[in-house]
Formats: sequence, C-alpha cells, structure tokens
Amino acid sequence: MDIKRRNFLKVAGITTLAGLGGTAVVGRLVASSGLAQAAGGQGAAQAGQANLNGNQTNPGVKRYGMIINLKSFRDDPTLGEKIVEACHSYNNVPDVPNPKDEIKWIWMTRYENAFHENYHLYRDEATEKQELPVLCNHCDKPPCVRVCPTKATFRNRDGVVVMDYHRCIGCRFCMAACPYGMRSFNYIEPAPYISNLNQNKPRRMRGVVEKCNFCVGRIEVGQLPACVEACGESKALVFGDLNDPDSEIRKLLRENHTILRNPSLGTLPSVFYIV
Amino acid sequence: MFEKALKGNNYYWMWLAFLGFFIAVAVVAYLRQYFVGLTITGMSRDVSWGLYISQFTFLVGVAAGGVMLVLPYYIHNFKAFGRITILGEFLAISALIMCLMFIMADLGQPLRGLNVVLFPSPGSMLFWDMIVLWGYLILNILCGWVVLTSERNQIAPPKWIYFFIYLSIPFAFSIHTVTAMLYCGLPGRHFWLTAITVPRFLASAFAAGPALIVIMALILKRVANFDAGKEAIDKIVTIIIYAAIANVFFLAMEFFVGFYSNIPGHMHTIEYLFFGLEHHGNVYNNLVPFMWAFIALFFVGLALLSNPGTRRGNDLWLGLGCASIFTAFWLDKGLGFVLGGFVPSPLEEITEYYPTLNEIFITIGIWATGFFILTILYKIAIGVEHEVEA
Ligand code: SF4
Ligand code: SF4
Ligand code: SF4
Repeated sequence: MDIKRRNFLKVAGITTLAGLGGTAVVGRLVASSGLAQAAGGQGAAQAGQANLNGNQTNPGVKRYGMIINLKSFRDDPTLGEKIVEACHSYNNVPDVPNPKDEIKWIWMTRYENAFHENYHLYRDEATEKQELPVLCNHCDKPPCVRVCPTKATFRNRDGVVVMDYHRCIGCRFCMAACPYGMRSFNYIEPAPYISNLNQNKPRRMRGVVEKCNFCVGRIEVGQLPACVEACGESKALVFGDLNDPDSEIRKLLRENHTILRNPSLGTLPSVFYIV
Repeated sequence: MFEKALKGNNYYWMWLAFLGFFIAVAVVAYLRQYFVGLTITGMSRDVSWGLYISQFTFLVGVAAGGVMLVLPYYIHNFKAFGRITILGEFLAISALIMCLMFIMADLGQPLRGLNVVLFPSPGSMLFWDMIVLWGYLILNILCGWVVLTSERNQIAPPKWIYFFIYLSIPFAFSIHTVTAMLYCGLPGRHFWLTAITVPRFLASAFAAGPALIVIMALILKRVANFDAGKEAIDKIVTIIIYAAIANVFFLAMEFFVGFYSNIPGHMHTIEYLFFGLEHHGNVYNNLVPFMWAFIALFFVGLALLSNPGTRRGNDLWLGLGCASIFTAFWLDKGLGFVLGGFVPSPLEEITEYYPTLNEIFITIGIWATGFFILTILYKIAIGVEHEVEA
C-alpha cells in the first residue's frame, strides 16, 4: 500500500469516528502529514504516525528541535569537545571518572554507534571516521515519559522532555525504556565531580536520573541552548521551532536531506542529522 | 495464632538464627548502600538494572506459582490439594514481600517511594505492577488467614471469603503478566520486545513456584511431621513438568525467530547469553556458563521428575528434581533474562555486569528474610494442622 493510500485510509477512518467535526480533522491531518514528510524525508511508518499528532500543526504550540550538521564536525574536529564542554559546564554535569557511573548529556560518538541501523560493510571513509554528537532526541512520542511511574519525566508543551529531579525515585525504568541510551543515573554523589559550579543552575542529587533538557531555562528567556551557542557562526547545530514553517530549522529541513536515529521505533525524534 | 511461631525445637531456632545472621549482614550492607549510593553495586549506565530487579522478576513468578494449587482446589474441587494449598498461599506472601524489598533496595531515592502513589501514572506499567502486587499480597494474607482460622475452629470458611479466593486467581496471573509487560513493551530492547515474554514468564512461574512448594512439602514431612499426601505431590509434579517444557519450548521459538530471520537485533542477546558476543575483537560471555547450566539442570530435572522410579520411589530424587527445575529457571529468569536484555546497549556497545559483594550480601539477605517469614508462616500453619488432628 503506498503512503498516500495509507494516509487516506487513516484519514477516512478517523473522519468517520470524528463524525461532525470531521472536515476540520481531515484538514489538520492532511496538513500535518505533508509537514512531517517535508520535515525529514522520514519513512512511511513515521509519516503515518505524525498524522495523528495534533501538536504538529497547532500554530500556538511550539515544538523545539535541533539540526546537527555533520559536515561542520568534519571541518572542525575541535567543535565536538567545545559543545560538550559548553553543555556540561553550563548545566553542572559532573565529570565522574568511573565509566560505570558516568553522567553525560551530550557526547561525541561514532557513526556506527549512533546509526547502527544504517551501518554497512562498504561505508565511505568520511563516515567511517565521523564523530558526531548525540543527545536526548526530545522524542515527540517519548518512551521514557510513558514508563515513568511518578511523572518525574514529562513532555513540556513546547516538546521538550524535561525532568523533575525532586520527584524522581531513581527506579531507572526510563533508562531501560530510552532506545537511544541518552539517560544517566547519579550512582554516586555528583557534587565532588563538578569543578566549576554554575551558581545559576541547580545541580542534581545522588539517586536520580538526568539528561539533556534543551537548556530549558535558557530557551524560556529566548536564549539559545549552551551547545548551540558554543558553535558560534558555524551553524553546526541549529535550534528552533519545528512547528513554525518560517523558522531557520524548518528552512534547513526543507533544503537538506536529514536522517534520524532509529526512526523505525516511532518515537519521532526532534533531533535531525545532515550527513 | 502467632504464639505457635514462638514454640519450636532447637532445629527451628537454629534455622531462624542462621537466617537471622544473613539478614543482619544485609542490614549493614544496605545501610552502606543507602549512605554511599548505588555506585557500590555493579550496575552501570548501560546495565542499569542488576541482581535486585532480576530477583524481583523471578520472585513475582514464585508468588504467582501458588495459583497452580489454588485453582485446581477451588475451581475444580480437586480435594487432594486441601492440605497443601495453604503452603502455596503463604509462599506467595513471603515471595511478594521479597519482591517489594528488592524494589526498595533498587531505588535511588527509596524515601520517595510513595511518589508512585502520590502521582499515579496509569501509563506506566510499574504503577500497575505496584497495584497488582499489593493487591495479590493483601488477598493472600486475607485468604490464608481466614481459611486457617476456620480450620482451627473446625468450621467451614465463611462464604464471603470465596469471593476473595476466586479474585486471587486472576490476580496471580496478572502479577506476572504485568511484570512481563515492564519488559516487553520497551522499544529498542529486542530481546524483551516480544509478546512471548508474557506466556514464557507464566510458564516458568508455574514450574518454579510449584517446584519450591514440593521441596517445602518434602522438608516439612521430615522436620514437622506434615504429610501433604502422595496424590497431591504427584499432581503438582505433573504440572511442573508441563509448565517447564512450555517455558523451554518458548525459548526454543525465540532461537528460531532470531536465527532463522537472521535479524541482528534479534540474535545479539541470545548470542551473548548462550555463545558469547564478539565485538571489536573482544568476546563477551560472562553469562554463558549460567545459561548452559540452566539448560543442563532443566534436562536433569525433567529426567528425575518424569522417570517413575525417581519420581515416586524416593523423596530425595524427587526433591533434587524439583530443585534442579527451580535452579534452572532461576538462572533463566533470575539472571539471564534481565541482565542479557541490556546487551548490547542502545549505542551498540557492550558492558558486562558483575555484581559487587555488597550487592550480593543484600540479595542474600532479602532471600533470607523471605525464608524467615516463610518459616514462621509455615510453623503457624502446621501448628494449626497438628492441633486439629490432636
Ligand atoms: S531520546 Fe530517550 S530520553 Fe530523550 S526523549 Fe527520547 S526516549 Fe526520552
Ligand atoms: S528513574 Fe526517575 S525519571 Fe526515570 S522512570 Fe524512575 S522516577 Fe521516572
Ligand atoms: S541543549 Fe542544552 S542541555 Fe542539551 S546538550 Fe545542548 S547544552 Fe546540553
């Protein structure tokens, strides 16, 4: 079944359910399916799911996302270290030496680790050597939020998946659920491993999970996330509102072929990669 | 009725003291973990659940296994299970208490445990697991106690209790179903993400739980002069055999799907568990011996339980057969299933898990607490039996 037909069937089915309000629903769904496809050239399954996601076309609601341009990281090999340092020092992420207890919000990894579904024997040299940043994808359908028994992890109205560190019980269910391995648990008291405490930001306590929060405090006051800012003019990272068709990020998505980490899982990541 | 637990011979007190020693060690170990943090366990960023959660998963099965006695007795009116049903109910109580203790031991912020109740999240399977576990615990305490009290007073149990007894049957199935759902609904964890996880959990539970009950019954026959009855034991053994075969059959189907489809994600964990997984020149195989021990013990147990000579002729062989099945499925579910599921990590890296001594002490201590409670409950139950007989 081709995508159009699938979408049509979905729309038809939902319209029937929706009854009188049907026309409006069709309008929204058609608009959003077009949008989701433009937004990433994603597979049929994903476009199908995006159909059902009302947020995508609701003009009043933001959905923050990020584009990572791998070319910039090839051009400037020091960039990776810079963004990691910017994030971790701004957000008081402890530098725990023992890898078992490590905390990381953003880090550089290899293509074969981040995109193992797309990996094959005959890859080009650039891909082979490519180091790229990974961070929380702020999934539109986040499994970590679904499984949390206390709502300590939740999705903000602007699409950012954030945490309440004072509510988290440290069950680590979310770590088992995140299919990207983006969550860290404070196995050890973090305070001694934070070298320069950023007084404006809280630090976490032992026994809770943490991860990238798109620098929620900064974006609320109109600043860019720390890692994005650290890239300067290179445009290696671009942050913006995916629901605003005129935003820079949407413009880049229209103009470039982008890929997502593990799109087949239906989590609808908000972090896109230009290879 | 508690006074019955206060009178016992020397062996009884020595056994309790023996368990008490391990409990005391575990208390110290837990305090250490509480004040230092989970860093003193072997758990890591990649293998974020370890012995505690795997024991929890296995023990939910042991608790659910008791229903294999309750169901035939109350629904099919299978009278032979009359004396032994209470053993199943009391085993469920102590297994559930162990489950709850393992969960608490695993939490990074145990004092916030009540948040699960304060901020109910029906989307989370852990929330439902908590509801069914507590529900099943309360039902078993209620039913066990009321039935035992009536037996003591030599009257028929009150009519209303049957409602709760019947209710406990779907609850038994639900505790293990929901526990399986903790795993089988997680995207990206291929080994867990299969619908057969649920029936596989139930099958292994209906073998391991009854196997432990048979062992208990054989011990009680020697030390407490309590005879469950030949017919009852024989029937339970039949149940164990079928359930055990079903579990291993389901596992065989996992092998088929993984290796015939040849999808790497479906094969990786099975390879890791049974053959060792090669990655960047290293071979990771720390669970391989345990998994083959599981397979070997399964066949040993099956042979001992199916052969009429060993099954009916001699209590020792029968007990060993049940112990083999119990241990086999402990290795399967209480180790391999949970720990294996984390390999490889979502970033295709491999971290192996080795529990620390502190963690092992806590684990042993929680098991000891469970057996402590079980001993006391069985003491009471058998005290009542003897009183009625006298
Ligand atoms: S990447 Fe992981 S942690 Fe981030 S929103 Fe998605 S599931 Fe949650
Ligand atoms: S560790 Fe914290 S955030 Fe994660 S699922 Fe448990 S309570 Fe929720
Ligand atoms: S968005 Fe903020 S929290 Fe997330 S990786 Fe960048 S700097 Fe760190």
